[in-house]
Amino acid sequence: MMTGLMQTSFYNMAAAVASIPIHPTSASSIADSVDHLYYFLTAITLFFTFGIFTTIFYFMVRFRRRSPDEQPADTKTYLALELTWTIVPTLITVVIFVWASSLYFENSRPPEASTEIFVVGKQWMWHIQHPEGPREINELHVPVNAPIKITMTSDDVIHDFYIPAFRVKKDAVPGRYTSIWFQATKIGTYHIFCAQYCGADHAEMIGWVYVMSPSDYAAWLSGGARNETMAQTGERLFTQLGCVTCHVADNTGRGPSLVGLYGKQEKLRNGDTKLVDEALIRQAIVTPNSIILPNYPPIMPTFQGQINEEQVLQLIAYVKSLGTEERKTNGK
Amino acid sequence: MSTTVIAEMPGQEIPAESRVNYLNASYGVKSWLLTTDHKRIALLYLGSITLMFFVGGFFAVMMRLHLIEPQGALVAPETYNKLFTMHGVIMVFFFLVPSIPATLGNFLVPMMIGARDLAFPRLNLLSWYIYIIGAAFTLSAVISGGVDTGWTFYTPYSSTFSHTSVIPTALGVFITGFSSILTGLNFVVTIHKMRAPGLTWFRLPLFIWAMYATSIIFILGTPVIAITIFLLGLERLLHIGIFDPAIGGDPILFQHMFWFYSHPAVYIMILPGMGVMSELITCFSRKRIFGYTFVAFSSLAIAIISFLVWGHHMFVTGQSIYAGLIFSVLSFLVAIPSAVKVFNWTATLYKGSISYDAPMLYALGFIGLFTMGGLTGLFLASLATDVHLNGTYFIVAHFHYIMVGGAVMAYLGGIHFWWPKITGRMYPDGWARFAALVIFVGFNLTFFPQFVLGYLGMPRRYAVYPGEFQVLNVMSSAGASILGIGYLIPLIYLLWSIRYGPIAGPNPWGAKGLEWETPSPPPTENFEEIPVVNEDAYDYANVGGSRV
Repeated sequence: MMTGLMQTSFYNMAAAVASIPIHPTSASSIADSVDHLYYFLTAITLFFTFGIFTTIFYFMVRFRRRSPDEQPADTKTYLALELTWTIVPTLITVVIFVWASSLYFENSRPPEASTEIFVVGKQWMWHIQHPEGPREINELHVPVNAPIKITMTSDDVIHDFYIPAFRVKKDAVPGRYTSIWFQATKIGTYHIFCAQYCGADHAEMIGWVYVMSPSDYAAWLSGGARNETMAQTGERLFTQLGCVTCHVADNTGRGPSLVGLYGKQEKLRNGDTKLVDEALIRQAIVTPNSIILPNYPPIMPTFQGQINEEQVLQLIAYVKSLGTEERKTNGK
Repeated sequence: MSTTVIAEMPGQEIPAESRVNYLNASYGVKSWLLTTDHKRIALLYLGSITLMFFVGGFFAVMMRLHLIEPQGALVAPETYNKLFTMHGVIMVFFFLVPSIPATLGNFLVPMMIGARDLAFPRLNLLSWYIYIIGAAFTLSAVISGGVDTGWTFYTPYSSTFSHTSVIPTALGVFITGFSSILTGLNFVVTIHKMRAPGLTWFRLPLFIWAMYATSIIFILGTPVIAITIFLLGLERLLHIGIFDPAIGGDPILFQHMFWFYSHPAVYIMILPGMGVMSELITCFSRKRIFGYTFVAFSSLAIAIISFLVWGHHMFVTGQSIYAGLIFSVLSFLVAIPSAVKVFNWTATLYKGSISYDAPMLYALGFIGLFTMGGLTGLFLASLATDVHLNGTYFIVAHFHYIMVGGAVMAYLGGIHFWWPKITGRMYPDGWARFAALVIFVGFNLTFFPQFVLGYLGMPRRYAVYPGEFQVLNVMSSAGASILGIGYLIPLIYLLWSIRYGPIAGPNPWGAKGLEWETPSPPPTENFEEIPVVNEDAYDYANVGGSRV
C-alpha cells in the first residue's frame, strides 16, 4: 500500500511538473523573432554554465587534495589563453549586440499604415480610446493581422503598458507621449499588465486584449451606443473650452489658425524650429507660454488641471483632423 | 582541561586566552563604542549588518509566504508593497553595500598590507556611527508604518503620490551614504600610503585591488545618490518642480540620477565578493592565482565602465533608440572583465591541491551562481529581449543571482575563511559544509523558477497574480524557506564557536598573506614589527614562506 501511495504521489508530482508552463503564448508578428534571440541567449547561458560547472567538478575530483602536505607545482600563466577568453566572449557579445539591436530597431518603428489607439494610465486602470470613438477601461479590442500603434501617457505616476503575448512593453510617463506598435497574429484574449510599480493596487492594474477577426472587430466598433469619433469629441471640447474664439480657421483670430498645422515645421519666437506633433500640441495646451509663435501675443491661458490627459488626446485628434502638412502637399 | 591546538605550526602553541589580543585588550561597552581599532570597528559593523540582514530577510520570507496563493495569502496589497520596499532598502543600502567592505575590508585591509590600522582610525569609527544613525532613521520609518515606493524611489510616485514615510527612509539612505564615502576614502589613502616595505602594487592580494576599485565607486558614486535623494526630499516637501511633470519637472531625470549611482552600486556589492573569491580559490587549491594582472585590472575596468551603463535600466522608458544602443553596447562591455575573472578562477584550480573546506564550498557556489547571474544579464543588455523581460521576475531572478548568489555567498565564504583569524576559534566544519549546501539548494529553488516566471510575463512587485503563475511561485516560496533555514544555521554555529569552538591557531588553512602571519586573534597593533615583503601574492609554491 505504501508503494501504491508513493507511486500515486510520484505520478501526481510528475504531472504537476509537466504542467508547469515554461513558454509564454506568442501572438504577435515580432514574438517569434524575440523568442529566437531568447533561445540563442539561453543556449549561450547553458553552454557556459555547464562548461564552467563541468570543468570545476572535473578539477575538484581530478585535483583533490590527497595528503595534507601535498604541494602542487606553481601556476603557469599563458597569455594566449588569457587573450582567447577575453576575445572570444567579446566576439560573442558583438554578435548578440548586433542581432538584438537590429531586431529592436525594426520592432521600434510602426508601419505607416498603423491604426492609432490612445492609452492613458491612471492609478489603477487603463483608459483606452479608439479614434473611431469607442472608449474602454482595462480592455482593448483590436483586429487581427493589422498594425496597431499605441500612443500613451499617464495621468499621475509612471505606469507601464505590457502585453507579454506580444513581447511589447513601454512606460506610460506623465507629461510625455511614448508609443509601441504590434500586429496581433492570433485571435484570442491576452493579458495586459502594468509593469511599473505604481502604488497600492499596482497588481490589479491589469486588463485584456481581445484580438478579433476583422468582421468581428467591425461589428464591435459599430455596436453599442453610437459614439462620436475622438476628433468629434475634441471639436466639441474645442468649442466648450473657448479655444475656437481665438483659433479661428481663417486666421483672423487672436491666435494662429490650426488648419493644416499638424506635421508642419513651425518657427518659434525664440528662433527654434519645431515639428508640430502630438507632444508639441500637448505642450501648447498645458504650458502655452513655452512655445510662442512670432506675430502672436503670449496671451493663451494654461489648461493644465482643467482637462485630463484623455481630453488633451481628444483635442489633439481634432487638431490632426484639421489637415496635415503632408496631406496638403500631397493634394497639390 | 587541555586546549586543542589545530595548527601544526611549531612555536605557536600558546593558548589564545593567555595572550593579549584585540578582543581581550580592554573590556566594557565603552572600550567598544569608543574604539579606534579597525578590527573592533569591523566587529561593530558585523553585528549591525547581521541584524539588518535578518530584518531584511524576515521581510523577504513574509513576501514569499504571501505569494503562495495567487490572491495573496497573508497581507493586504499595501502591506505587501511595504514589505518589498523595506526588504530592498535594508538589503541594498544597509546590508549589501557595507557588507564585505565594512566588515572583512575593515578587518583585513590593514592586516593584508602590513599596517597597524587604517590611515584615519577615528574617521573609521565615525563612519560606523553615521551608518548607525542612518539605519536608525530607516528603521524608525519601518516602525512608524513603513514606506511603499520600492527601493528605487521612482518619481513622481515617491515625490507626490505616496502617503508613507518616504522622507525618513530616504534620509536614512542619505546619511548612510556618508559612511560609505568615509570608508572608501580611508581605504584609498591606506592602500596608497601604508603598504609594508616591499609590498608593491603587483604583490598586493587581489582582495586589496577589489577594495580599491570598490572605494573608487564609493567616493565617486555615493555623492550622486546623496544629491538625488536630497532633491527628492526637496520636491516632496516644497513641490518645486524637479521631478513632478505636473509642475514642470521630469520624472525620468530622477531615474537617470538614481541609476548613475545605483548601477555602480551593483559593483560595490559584487567587486568585494570577487576579491574574496581570489583569496579563497588560491588558498584551497594551494595555487598562485592564474592571470594576476588580468584579475587585478578587470576590477578597475569594471569600476570604470560601471559608471557608463546606467541607461540600461531605462530601455523601456521612452529613452531614444540611439541612447539605448549606446547603453546596450557598454553593458556588454562590462560583462567581459567579469567573464575574464571567472575563467581565471577556474584555471587556478587546474593542477591544484583542492580541499573541500566550507569556505571553498561557498566559493565554488559563488562561481556557479555568479556565472548564471552574469550570463542572464546578457538577456537584459540585449535591447530586443529586454523589452519583454524588463520589469518582470526575470530581473528579480537575475539580480538575486548576482547579489545573493554572488555577493552573499562570497561574504559567507569570506566570513568562514577569516572567522578563525577574527575570533581565534574554529566552527564545526560539518555543519558549515551542510549549511553551504542548504543555501545553494535553497537559493536555486527560490530564484530559478523566477527566470521562468519572468519569461512568462509575470511582472515584479505584484501582491496578487493570475492563477497560471502559481506553481512556479509555490516552488520559489518553498525554496525561500529552505534558504531562510540555511542562513540561520551559520548564525547559530558561528555564535556557538566563539565560546566553545576549538582554538584555531594562527593559520589553520595554511594560507598565504600577511594576515595569517599574526596570532589569532591578532594583537591590537596587528604586527609587533612591520613585516618586510619580498614575495608575490599567493606564492603557494614557495613552501615555508622565506619572508625575511
